[in-house]
Amino acid sequence: MKNKYSIFSLIKNAFSNHENWQRAWRDPEPKKEYDAVIVGGGGHGLATAYYLAKKHNLRNIAVVEKGWIGGGNTGRNTTIIRSNYLWDASAGLYDHALKIWEGLSQELNYNVMFSQRGVMNLAHNLQDVRDLKRRTHANRLNGIDAVWLETDEVKKFCPIINTSQDIRYPVLGGTLQKRAGTARHDAVAWGYARGADEMGVDIIQNCEVKGIKRSGDTVEGLETTKGFIKTKKIGVVAAGHSSVIANMAGLKLPLESKPLQALVSEPVKPIIDTVVMSNAVHAYVSQSDKGELVIGAGTDSYVSYTQKGSFNIVEETLKAILELYPIFSRMKMLRQWGGIVDICPDASPIISKTSIKGLYFNCGWGTGGFKATPGSGDLFAHTIANDEPHKLNASFNINRFVSGDLVDEHGAAAVAH
Amino acid sequence: MFLINCPYCGERDQSEFVSGGEAHIARPKQPTELNDDQWAEYLFMRKNIKGIQFERWNHAHGCRKWFNVARDTSNDKIEKIYKMGEQPPKL
Amino acid sequence: MSKNLRINNKQFVDETRKLSFVFNGKKLYGYKGDTLASALLSNDIHLVGRSFKYHRPRGIMTSGSEEPNAILQIGNDDALTEPNVRATEIELYDGLICNSQNCWPSVKFDIGGINNFLSPLLPAGFYYKTFMWPASFWGKYEYFIRKSAGLGKSPTKQDPDMYDHRYMHCDILIVGGGVSGLIAAKIASDDNKKVLLLEDKELLGGSLIYDDNDISKIDDQKSSEWLKKLIDNIKNDKNIIIKTRTSLAAYHNYNFLLARQNLTDHLSVNDRNNKIRQRLYKIRAKKVIISTGAIERPQVFHNNDRPGIMLASAVKKYIDYYGVRCGLENVIFTNNDSAYETALSLHKSGTKLNAIVDIRDNSSSEIVNQVKGLGIQIYWNHSVVDTKGYKRINKVTIMKLNDKGNDVIGKKIELNCDCLSVSGGWTPMVHLFTQSGGKLKFDNKDNIFVPDKTNLNQLSIGSAKGDFELDDVLKNSIKDTKKFLNIENSNFDKIDVKCSKEKDKKNIWLLPSDKPLSKTKPFLDYQNDSTAKDIKLALREGFKSIEHVKRYTTTGMGTDQGKLANMHALGIVADTTNTNMGDLGTTTFRPPYTPLTFGTIVGRNVGQFFDIFRKTPMHDWHVDNNAKFENVGQWKRAWYYPKDGETMYDAVQRESKAARESSGILDASTLGKIDIQGTDANEFLNRVYTNAWSKLQIGKCRYGLMLNEDGMVYDDGVTTKLGENHYLMTTTTGGAANVMSKLEDYLQTEWPELDVFLTSVTDHYATASVCGPNAKKIINKIFKNLDLSDESFPHMSFKEVKLGNISCRIMRISFTGELSYEINVEASYGKYIWEKCIEAGKEFNITPYGTETMHLLRAEKGFIIVGQDTDGTMTPVDLQMDWIISKKKYDFIGKRSLYRSDTIREDRKQLVGLLTDDPNEILEEGAQLIKDGNKNPVDMLGHVTSSYFSPTLKKSIALAILKEGKKLKGQKLLVPMIDKTIKVTVSDTIFLDKENERING
Repeated sequence: MKNKYSIFSLIKNAFSNHENWQRAWRDPEPKKEYDAVIVGGGGHGLATAYYLAKKHNLRNIAVVEKGWIGGGNTGRNTTIIRSNYLWDASAGLYDHALKIWEGLSQELNYNVMFSQRGVMNLAHNLQDVRDLKRRTHANRLNGIDAVWLETDEVKKFCPIINTSQDIRYPVLGGTLQKRAGTARHDAVAWGYARGADEMGVDIIQNCEVKGIKRSGDTVEGLETTKGFIKTKKIGVVAAGHSSVIANMAGLKLPLESKPLQALVSEPVKPIIDTVVMSNAVHAYVSQSDKGELVIGAGTDSYVSYTQKGSFNIVEETLKAILELYPIFSRMKMLRQWGGIVDICPDASPIISKTSIKGLYFNCGWGTGGFKATPGSGDLFAHTIANDEPHKLNASFNINRFVSGDLVDEHGAAAVAH
Repeated sequence: MFLINCPYCGERDQSEFVSGGEAHIARPKQPTELNDDQWAEYLFMRKNIKGIQFERWNHAHGCRKWFNVARDTSNDKIEKIYKMGEQPPKL
Repeated sequence: MSKNLRINNKQFVDETRKLSFVFNGKKLYGYKGDTLASALLSNDIHLVGRSFKYHRPRGIMTSGSEEPNAILQIGNDDALTEPNVRATEIELYDGLICNSQNCWPSVKFDIGGINNFLSPLLPAGFYYKTFMWPASFWGKYEYFIRKSAGLGKSPTKQDPDMYDHRYMHCDILIVGGGVSGLIAAKIASDDNKKVLLLEDKELLGGSLIYDDNDISKIDDQKSSEWLKKLIDNIKNDKNIIIKTRTSLAAYHNYNFLLARQNLTDHLSVNDRNNKIRQRLYKIRAKKVIISTGAIERPQVFHNNDRPGIMLASAVKKYIDYYGVRCGLENVIFTNNDSAYETALSLHKSGTKLNAIVDIRDNSSSEIVNQVKGLGIQIYWNHSVVDTKGYKRINKVTIMKLNDKGNDVIGKKIELNCDCLSVSGGWTPMVHLFTQSGGKLKFDNKDNIFVPDKTNLNQLSIGSAKGDFELDDVLKNSIKDTKKFLNIENSNFDKIDVKCSKEKDKKNIWLLPSDKPLSKTKPFLDYQNDSTAKDIKLALREGFKSIEHVKRYTTTGMGTDQGKLANMHALGIVADTTNTNMGDLGTTTFRPPYTPLTFGTIVGRNVGQFFDIFRKTPMHDWHVDNNAKFENVGQWKRAWYYPKDGETMYDAVQRESKAARESSGILDASTLGKIDIQGTDANEFLNRVYTNAWSKLQIGKCRYGLMLNEDGMVYDDGVTTKLGENHYLMTTTTGGAANVMSKLEDYLQTEWPELDVFLTSVTDHYATASVCGPNAKKIINKIFKNLDLSDESFPHMSFKEVKLGNISCRIMRISFTGELSYEINVEASYGKYIWEKCIEAGKEFNITPYGTETMHLLRAEKGFIIVGQDTDGTMTPVDLQMDWIISKKKYDFIGKRSLYRSDTIREDRKQLVGLLTDDPNEILEEGAQLIKDGNKNPVDMLGHVTSSYFSPTLKKSIALAILKEGKKLKGQKLLVPMIDKTIKVTVSDTIFLDKENERING
């Protein structure tokens, strides 16, 4: 690595007043032609490019990003990482990602601060209990660490939760995945960008895709705000804007793009040392290394590309937070923001070829895409390079909406995304 | 939080309404005549437009009537509200 | 107050009301009207906190919400303490207790201060480059990082305070009660508009109210005197509602705004009892006028962060408003005229001003000339290059600027100083405008971003739009407000304003130093310790976008949201990259404008008001009879009725036995009930249920299964034909609202031609379900004249009878497999009929049973519960309920989906029964099924959905969904648990009374 990061390089550079750090990535103009172009410079897109270069030896490739890399949902999410999904297909996908997370800082030589502080999912009614136990059993048999906790064990693991049985929806237990946790979202985008750039990938920011050129059923290239880029393979990882790109190619996807909001409190000293998710009352909370409580809110019911949701969603979210954590009533909301999430009817993603040759889509992650970033990139790279899916993403094809073979994660269990 | 002018009740806060997604996707009259692709098109595929989208809304916490809205999804501006069964406006 | 820092006779601070407070354990005094900051300053306390990263000593810098340093922990009660409170915003009250944050053991001696010496190792983003070795150690590094991060401490006990919400509607909302906002309010009111005026301070008037120079004149009066008259006028104006101590938090689309009013935080703790602490206003305004003013910018130079270095406007406010001198040896450092007002205030109050350092070559405005006339030393074309004093500034070093302003030349001059007033110009408060989606444009003259385009009905006036001089502020505010409100004339049209006019402007985002940049610490974001060096490092490393720079350096991400830092960060990026600031754009200003208490956002919806409780009319009876309750949706349902310390298991065994052997009674009121009427009601049922309804006769009941359009089971229930065009549909308890919505949707949007009317009647009726071999006898005792013979009143039929004046709808339907009658009465008679049944059933040991027993009884009969035995992925065929799919019907909701390539697979998961080899072993619901325990990874074939010990069968029974279950009947499978593996055999789903004999008693 041209510019290896370590405590020693920090000390060395301190002597030269940090004047000699190299660029983390170049700022190239697009070439006329690439072997493949990834549309979307978020974590998933950059990871895709990284693995295309690293594992499939495709070096003449580019990532085009309409704004700045990591500026979409990568930089807006609450960074929860877990793999305790119900269905085998989902468990396979997300645990593949989790395993990469576990060595990602070293692989990228970039500290993505993957912090395995555990993720707890709470049950608040008897059906929650059945669903979460079902999931725990399935996880265990799939080799995913997950245990069922009784209410007193929940309290022991996270003492600030109100486990009184007199509250409106008392905690009846929960599941815990200890390998799960959080990571530093920006670092993931930056780390992958740096790694991809090092292998020759062109990362082109401020370059918006305006059209997809086809010859019959085969792609020929992209019209962008920086001119036409010829390529035979286009991998679209545009999250909330996936449908917009699909429409350019004359495709319709089973997606709806909706606002998802999140907020942070002012920073305080450590008060909650794990991630707690509660589906029944819609409260998701963790604490960042900086000390902010990081709280995920729900999605609105309508399509919107404004990156703004409605305030009542935030109100509902904090209502639930105070139900479970009454001690946070005097804490203050510092920032609130929204992103655009593209949601599939079965709450599972699409990592798939399309009916157009050379056009691939990685989308539909809904509210839970961040956790999959490394796995998604790896599997999408495999799909693009080989023109067929890896066995781990075979179930996540577009055709499942025709055959009916859905991977229905929200119907299946109280799984929050 | 936008305001929606319910054609039956007048202007109300958006939180009183529920979105029903893209409008003018009529349920096929003869579903059994469709092949799997055509049925999937009806069931799942959506334009998901960035820009003016015709969509269905329900005044769930009010008169419970369904109606259509032409809304710009890039800024949430409502261009037109019209009743069920009416043709989408030219905008 | 030993140092004579108080100046007497101030109109805004009440010196007759002395208040005591405790800062870091020391008892101090201030006056009513002080903020905590002014009270601390009057006690000669500047050092109040330590910075986030380097733990450098930091002092009070501002007098408002932009304060980055003076953030304190208020209170020491576990429930009432509040972290990160700005001393500049909180009003002093008697007994206030506060402590410095982020320092240990004390703010004066902080071990973390060692970070300042390590700072060469801690450039922007250092943590991305290290802590990676050894890989397993991140958790340990992180533990220490987390411990040293964070600012104040969260409360650890429940907040006893009350918060409130209120909706407000107005013609014109005016945000900011400074002079421009007040004028706009008056103009709007004179035009008969309903005005809501918000001011975040306790008093109206903004900065003009304490203006004390004799240059500014309005209509030949001292400007502050003129303003006081206007305020008196407005206070008596019936069209104007004024809310003070109310700060606007967020400006959302469609002119929806949120404002927070502080109601008790300024009162002593004893005076707060039972009062609402804060109120959130949810405002819908037809038009919005933003008059939030501007905030002063600091300047960026080496060691610009020492305690005692303050904004010039703050120093002025502490003198003119609070009557507090911030120092006795003052120096002013400026690039514009406004700091000369501070000079005049210092002079007027008899406070020593050693010098003014101005980076401009000269200024010839009226106010500067007046200062020149006082004989104060002014160093033109000079810049501060360094400051001294660790815990309080004691010296500044200045040097002359070269012609280009990019270097310093000549000799160093040292000036004594214990308070350095800094002014780097002014930044309009455009936060709310941008929050609302408005677009900014860059003004090269004043180096500011000003409001440009907006989609909303709003106007920015005064210094919030970039007018900084009094005549511009007033005249443009009047002109723009009139235009905005479509008004021809106003009472202010002939206003006469005199003020000093600034002619000379100069701005240098990063001031030059005699040292190389790398050897200096020119701070931008004081709270997050980001410096100009960090910005340049980020740019060198390729972080080009302003958002990247912000995130990489954390500039502007503190609790002040970069109110002081952002403009300089942008300026330095623009200069370094040779970009026009206007092309660079700004980072997003995210709501809220100032941090908003969670409690305020939630209001009253806490504790028992978190969510409504739905209770049946018999609820009190269940409570009186020791029922345990289960939450089902919002309903409280009786779960089981333990007697004499019974466990749930014991109670359920007893209840089940009683129901099977004699009689039981269940409160079924929570089931959803939809009244369906109209000439097409029958056709409607045909379309929404899978089975056929055409032949159902009046007085008969039928079970129906409802699918989603994707073919999966959605809901079920019994529907009764009450009359020719009249049906009563029942739904599951949890699914009631969704079913109703779905049916309305189809009716209104897909099938508007159908003559059908739907009414939700769930809450209108109460239902008591009496079952068991003795049910008939009990019903007969109550309804003596009712013919209960199987011929007259067979299973799956209905009769309407009177009990006195009470109309009773009795359905003979059964979810338990026993002979049973469901009596439906108007809700208000629910408890009466229930008690009637209990009384009549006494001789038959009628036993109330809850949902758990109901689940057991129906499982013995293999009846499904939608949501427990289904999960949104099961078709009727999967449930082995093929019989309920009408072959004759052309269409129904979900039919087409049943014939997709995946849905018709034979090897889908299907509902089966399970019997454990050990009849006493009860399976865990949710446990998985496998065939071969030695395979790795193991193939999971399905899972247990329902599981009970049947007291009637004296063995454990379970329902499960199982891959190819239909074919596997009789086969042995395994249920792997953590500690053991349980052997089971696949069975039929019906465990009891396959012949349906019990249904007839």
